[in-house]
Amino acid sequence: MPRIRVEVDGVTYEDDVEPRLLLVHYLRDRLGKVGTPIGCDTTNCGACTVLFDGMSVKSCSVLAVQADGRGITTVEGLGTDGTNHPMQRAFHEEHALQCGFCTPGMILASIDLLRENADPSEEEIREGLEGNLCRCTGYQNIVRAVRKAADEMRQPAQSEVAP
Amino acid sequence: MIPPTFDYIRPSSIEEAVSALSQAGEDAKVLAGGQSLMPLLRLRLAYPDALIDLDRVESLRQIRSENGDLFIGAMATHHQVVRDPLVLEHAPLIAKATATVADPAVRHRGTFGGSLAHADPAGDLPAVALALDAVFVVRSVRGDREIPAADFFVDWMTSAMEPDELLIGVRVPKLGPGWGAHYEKFHRTAQAWAIVGVACAVRRERGAIEDARVALTNMGPAPVRATEVERFIEGRSVSENSFRAASERAAEGTEPPGDLHGSPEYRTHLARVLTARALTAAAAV
Ligand SMILES: Cc1cc2nc3c(=O)[nH]c(=O)nc-3n(C[C@H](O)[C@H](O)[C@H](O)COP(=O)(O)OP(=O)(O)OC[C@H]3O[C@@H](n4cnc5c(N)ncnc54)[C@H](O)[C@@H]3O)c2cc1C
Ligand code: FES
Ligand code: FES
Repeated sequence: MPRIRVEVDGVTYEDDVEPRLLLVHYLRDRLGKVGTPIGCDTTNCGACTVLFDGMSVKSCSVLAVQADGRGITTVEGLGTDGTNHPMQRAFHEEHALQCGFCTPGMILASIDLLRENADPSEEEIREGLEGNLCRCTGYQNIVRAVRKAADEMRQPAQSEVAP
Repeated sequence: MIPPTFDYIRPSSIEEAVSALSQAGEDAKVLAGGQSLMPLLRLRLAYPDALIDLDRVESLRQIRSENGDLFIGAMATHHQVVRDPLVLEHAPLIAKATATVADPAVRHRGTFGGSLAHADPAGDLPAVALALDAVFVVRSVRGDREIPAADFFVDWMTSAMEPDELLIGVRVPKLGPGWGAHYEKFHRTAQAWAIVGVACAVRRERGAIEDARVALTNMGPAPVRATEVERFIEGRSVSENSFRAASERAAEGTEPPGDLHGSPEYRTHLARVLTARALTAAAAV
């Protein structure tokens, strides 16, 4: 069995894994990180989205062995010491979830979106989240939450350049 | 579902990958971005004995100029391709079509070579490679072989590669000044596959179309070159009328499938409408 060394939410783990073990199953069943749900068998829904060396991937279509030497961020690694990440806060405040099943993936895909485009239009947010399906909200509040988080996350940078 | 068991091999160079592929035998599979193969494994539609993972073969990710052509390494990700300056300058059709593939997370891992090797008639890049007269460079322990796009896509999910051959990359002739390109894709939802797609590049000179390349996605078991459209439009004026007349010929020689998303008749109609749109956009009228 291959041995992997992987950093998940800031902690390094070493484990023997069967090659067919999916990254999402490794996170959930071995590390107990059940904040990352599984919603489909076809790589369509995006519920299992995590950051893989900083970029969004669907963890149901990556093998755990492929994470060897990489860094993974799940929704559980976002806030620090009981404070929420601005994106988590915006989802909470804008009521961007109902059942919450899509939420971890939505939040991580949204963070990935802002990494590439700090000030996205509504259209760009919708396109950026096209790989994440929500059965409950109708997306309106999700788009609003991402806009709000974008404004908030740009604040410090803006005050630095201000005269 | 949980994938079936397989041996896992992770080469770090092209040579290692080629020799692993030759030793592993017919029932081994190459793993590129896994964005088609992993779902197939999870649905238990594929049972490979071994997976040869190209993820760490960094040299396969290069995009470079080579003898006047553009060379795109098989493991260049969709994400990489859509923002690569050489692709944007010399093969904008590839960048435009790739931007319509799937969603950002899938584009982070899915690769140019994987999309082509997969030879899915609903995939967007096979028609693009066909329209651009791309040449596929494949390698095995027996040596290198070059396969023109016109011969590469043989049938439904079947390419001209042998099981022990690795796709190294694709050579794309650069389109010079005067060329315009467009990929017109019709799909039901943002992330979905094309019901029909049209890849188009045209060269304009003094108000006329001098050169045209048109290929269709999902109008048969393999991508099809719309030769009748090309033949009709070449030498004609850049005008809505000539584009419309040309696009009437778009479905000639095709065998459109019928499925949940549309009947063959519907696809025939779409091919005509989308070809007119693609020509118009490519010629920027
Ligand atoms: C939700 C979703 C939506 C999608 N939508 C679209 C879409 O709209 N349009 C579109 O075109 N595609 C779409 N795709 C597919 C996507 O483009 C994949 O990236 C692509 O089909 C396969 O590329 P890959 O690198 O992931 O290959 P893999 O899945 O790793 O491999 C695919 C096949 O190619 C073989 N292979 C791969 N690389 C090589 C090589 N170098 N040499 C020899 N054989 C090789 C593998 O053995 C396997 O049989 C979608 C996928 C998903 C999950
Ligand atoms: S569970 Fe991974 S995309 Fe649906
Ligand atoms: S909140 Fe229920 S799926 Fe999105």
